[in-house]
Amino acid sequence: MYGSFNRWLPRAASLLLCLLFWQLAASHHWNLGLVTFANVPTPLAVIEAALGLGDSGKLARHLGSSLSRVFAGYLAALVIGVALGLAIGRSKWAEDLLLPPLEVLRPIPAVAWIPLAILMFPSSELSMVFITFTGALFPILLNTVHGVEGVDPRLIASAKSLGAGRRAMLLEVILPGAAPSIITGLSIGMGTSWFCLVTAEMISGQYGIGYYTWESYTIQNYPDIVVGMLLIGVLGMGSSLLIKRLGGVFTPWHRPRGKA
Amino acid sequence: MSVFLQPEGRIDIRGLSISLGEGSAAFEAVQGLDCLIEPGQFVCILGPSGCGKSTLLGALAGHLQPRDGSLKVDGAPVSGPSPQRGMVFQQHTLFPWRTVRDNIAFGLKMRGIGKAERDKAADEILALVGLEGFAERWPDQLSGGMQQRVEIARVLVNRPRLLLMDEPFGALDALTRLNMQELLLDIWTRIRTTVVFVTHDIDEALFLADRLLVMSTRPGRIIEDLRLDFPRPRTTELVTSHEFSRLKRHCLELLRHEDGRQLPRLNPLGLPPENKLPRFAL
Repeated sequence: MYGSFNRWLPRAASLLLCLLFWQLAASHHWNLGLVTFANVPTPLAVIEAALGLGDSGKLARHLGSSLSRVFAGYLAALVIGVALGLAIGRSKWAEDLLLPPLEVLRPIPAVAWIPLAILMFPSSELSMVFITFTGALFPILLNTVHGVEGVDPRLIASAKSLGAGRRAMLLEVILPGAAPSIITGLSIGMGTSWFCLVTAEMISGQYGIGYYTWESYTIQNYPDIVVGMLLIGVLGMGSSLLIKRLGGVFTPWHRPRGKA
Repeated sequence: MSVFLQPEGRIDIRGLSISLGEGSAAFEAVQGLDCLIEPGQFVCILGPSGCGKSTLLGALAGHLQPRDGSLKVDGAPVSGPSPQRGMVFQQHTLFPWRTVRDNIAFGLKMRGIGKAERDKAADEILALVGLEGFAERWPDQLSGGMQQRVEIARVLVNRPRLLLMDEPFGALDALTRLNMQELLLDIWTRIRTTVVFVTHDIDEALFLADRLLVMSTRPGRIIEDLRLDFPRPRTTELVTSHEFSRLKRHCLELLRHEDGRQLPRLNPLGLPPENKLPRFAL
């Protein structure tokens, strides 16, 4: 058996190697032709900046603001995405009615939503939540539709034969049948929601990791930008992992064989 | 159970035609079927691939609508799927997200029976199909033969008037198949229900049935109606007996005569699914 410890070793080594490359490239101002590290802050400078952010006492407020925005937008996307996805996947009528406008809205990037979001929502807080919502909605929606349509028609026929009504069909057959796909959508949606955070927090006046990153860029404080980028990366990865774990708890049958 | 009750599970098929497909691609899968099946009878339907035997089964289950003629069970026309008419597919249709016990108890849950009672009933049926101790497993953790046993148990827990089986052992290996046939007969002696069993395996049909209906190639019609009076309980020795061989030759003649062209396999839900292209990239 391939022990889990044996796999963590190369993973950690890979991260360390990346850090080492970064340190060397930035401290020696490597110029690789197409890309130059002349003005890139070194990892040490970034660590200093991170410590500075920690000492300033603002970190908690930045984190708190961003987390609450992402989760509010994400939660709305979850409810609306799964509900619309179930409707579209189950009914041709709902599909014809709902899918065309959604397909038009889907390719619009978060940045393009900023002006309208400001105009449409009374508070900037709500417009930021809306932008993280647009990021999470489509992966959740499309994976739900995909999952619902993928449910084996023989299972549906069997459930009917066993006496399942409309409600039971939805709750006992369609939803669990689509669950693995929905969870994939939720996990991707979590990532894209963080992805849109910097965009959303361009509107913000004071707090938020995205705001902090954008602000550092406008005042050309390069190490702080990297701190902001890394924070978003780590938080995004953490919450995606959390969703995957939670998904695993809700779909115990979908686990790889041999593990009880 | 009361002796005054009429035995249940009488099937009355009159002039039944079923068409599948749409528009210009539509065709008659079965045509002008007439048949009366007694309650508690074990009937096997034998026929070449694509002859519409599964289509007939789908209509009995209520998944397919007749184009013409009538289909009655105990005098009432079949108008849709019902727990009274349990269906077993060739590939199991257990819910992967339910344990074996919860799969079996599903029909009882749909009737609003409480958890304790339905678990008890499920465990009893599970013992009947010889799977005590597997109640907590996921369907994916079972072998093919075990999955089919659970599938049968899930249908039987509803005490159906009809047990409809579409080549239920067709995907199993030869030895498991023999075991399953004996098990099915054993269960059937204890839970007397009308069984309609579709197969293209002559040995299987002769071994199991009271009555054997042979269907022609598409559009399916009944071309032979045999009574099989082999004594029960039947054992595997039967298949080597003289009378068995004679009947087998007879069926082989009938089927060989019919085996003109190769048709795509039909299933109880109609036509085999087309490969749909995804509508959007994910």
